[in-house]
Amino acid sequence: MSGIPTPKFEDKTERQIDQMVAAEARYLTQRRAQEPDAPRAERRFPAPVPTDRRTFLFAAGSTVGAAAAAVVGSVAQAADQNTPPGAQHFHVAADPTKEQGRPVAGDGGYGSRSQFEAEVRWRFPTANEYSSWSMTPLDKMVGNLTASGLHFERHHGGIPTIDPSTHMLFVHGKVDAPRKFSMVDLKRFPSVTRKHFIECSGNGLTEWNKPTLKTVQGTHGLLSTSEWTGVPFATIAREVGLHEDGAWVLAEGSDAAVMTRSIPLQKMLKDAILAYGQNGEAIRPEQGYPLRLILPGYEGNMHIKWLRRLEVGDQPFMTREETSKYTDLLANGKARQFTFEMEAKSVITFPSGEMKLPGAGFYSITGLAWSGRGRVQSVHVSTDAGKTWYPAHLESVPEPICTIRFSFPWAWDGTPAVLQSRCTDETGYIQPTLAQLIAIRGSNGPFGSIYHLNAIQSWGVDADGGVTNVHA
Amino acid sequence: MFTRNARMGAACLFLALVPLGAFAQTKAVRYGFGAPATPGELSKFFSIPPDGRGLPPGSGTAAKGAQVYAQSCTACHGDQLQGNPQKGIGGDRLIGGRGTLATKTPIKTVESYWPFATTLFDYIKRAMPFSAPGSLSDDDVYSVVAYILSQAKIIQPTDTMNATTLARVAMPNRDGFEPDPRPEVQLYR
Repeated sequence: MSGIPTPKFEDKTERQIDQMVAAEARYLTQRRAQEPDAPRAERRFPAPVPTDRRTFLFAAGSTVGAAAAAVVGSVAQAADQNTPPGAQHFHVAADPTKEQGRPVAGDGGYGSRSQFEAEVRWRFPTANEYSSWSMTPLDKMVGNLTASGLHFERHHGGIPTIDPSTHMLFVHGKVDAPRKFSMVDLKRFPSVTRKHFIECSGNGLTEWNKPTLKTVQGTHGLLSTSEWTGVPFATIAREVGLHEDGAWVLAEGSDAAVMTRSIPLQKMLKDAILAYGQNGEAIRPEQGYPLRLILPGYEGNMHIKWLRRLEVGDQPFMTREETSKYTDLLANGKARQFTFEMEAKSVITFPSGEMKLPGAGFYSITGLAWSGRGRVQSVHVSTDAGKTWYPAHLESVPEPICTIRFSFPWAWDGTPAVLQSRCTDETGYIQPTLAQLIAIRGSNGPFGSIYHLNAIQSWGVDADGGVTNVHA
Repeated sequence: MFTRNARMGAACLFLALVPLGAFAQTKAVRYGFGAPATPGELSKFFSIPPDGRGLPPGSGTAAKGAQVYAQSCTACHGDQLQGNPQKGIGGDRLIGGRGTLATKTPIKTVESYWPFATTLFDYIKRAMPFSAPGSLSDDDVYSVVAYILSQAKIIQPTDTMNATTLARVAMPNRDGFEPDPRPEVQLYR
């Protein structure tokens, strides 16, 4: 991006980016320490097979495995301490065909992931751990849906613990009959189940100026996909009756930020869901338990968690988030407001930053594509920095406003390459390059605003197989 | 036999017609779940759009606001309203930055960027101070809003803020926003 000046970000943004770089660096240091041959491609090119329990602890990515497990005689204790979050430690039989496994339902009736799986979200290191965010490890995910425990988070006032037996949703304002609904009430209504992604409009905010974070978890990890179940807002609207002059709806959460956003009534009636289900079970507390507003394709901040109130009005309420925060400052000093839709985007998750290919040969490039305006129509992949594009294979049937996994067979000849993916959605919109975006929004706009970066991502592959974040 | 067939026929007819028929003949289809929300229950909520609807009774001045600010806000926003008074404390900068929005180093503050004073009241009453959200009295919120606006030289130090005057405050960047022009048509095939 040599033609682009290198302006400073706003002070606070500068600091945040510095902290983010530091956090990712700490995470990578930790990971490398646990993997003697790192950096390497997680899972796909595993380290030599562990020969004993101690070696396994290194490979499993445990946080303090190395030091603790080395203490002779405390291996069992160390194993417990170092079991990855969300897993339980179990004895590993030398030959699982020669002894009985664990007793059925011995886990108390709710399962856990394998103790050999250690991927986690990592938190943006704000000094204040209540107003912060955590990123989904896209580089280690397979398929399309995000495991509920790995869904990215953005909180402005911590994660409230809410008793569903006392939680109420109030619907009022320009309605015929203001009503309140308990969770039991809401679950009596006919429900819908839809798969949708949620993406924070700040996803990629570090990448406007220069390649900054090293991994796809850092550059794109504010993206997750779940199957959501709940009541369409339209059903509730019919229940309370809407006044003719209703045009906007204020949604309010019951966290310490009492988060509020104004949403066009048209959008609410089109496809908004009052969701209590996520991936087949109750929505996770970090995702808004017991009730979250799902606004398919709109920026993540608007999907109000811990939803307690919907007020119908005739004008936007001009809350703090929709005026001073989630607005996009342009070069001319004017800011775009109500930039709700998340536009078509894609990213290669393998190979991606910090991985290392073991040598020339065949690789199945894979990644995710999505659009807030509808279905993904096609994805193209380039291995020469965008000079040549080839159609990628879509691994499932595209669904509206949902990620889709794509793949592309690549015979790497061992020479340096730049890998890119490009999404086209069903409206005909083509994912832009960073230069195209900046040409439209101005060279200081992005740096003043940071939001809505949906540009093509480039991963550089060196002759030695190392993969790095590059601008190309 | 005949009777049974007749019954089954009637049952089929019932299944086929009644659900649709019942809905079609009902003027307003309602499930009736939930319960009426009373004015008393709704009174604990607030939302304050730019016209000032929803502003509570009460008032405040910058002089009183300075005391509230010193007690409840300084720790995170700094004694000069400069934000981030020390490393690791991340409160936003509140004043300054006028005229920087169209430069390479835009500074976004209440003074330079926020289009409505009502939003400041709504947000402070809603979520501040961070350590005890929603704990300020309405008079204290009016006061600290008056203090910030006064320090930003948007109102006079002697102005009183209340439900009438706050909605009339003209913020410097009131006209600084435009609706989303996307999709950017250049990016279509």
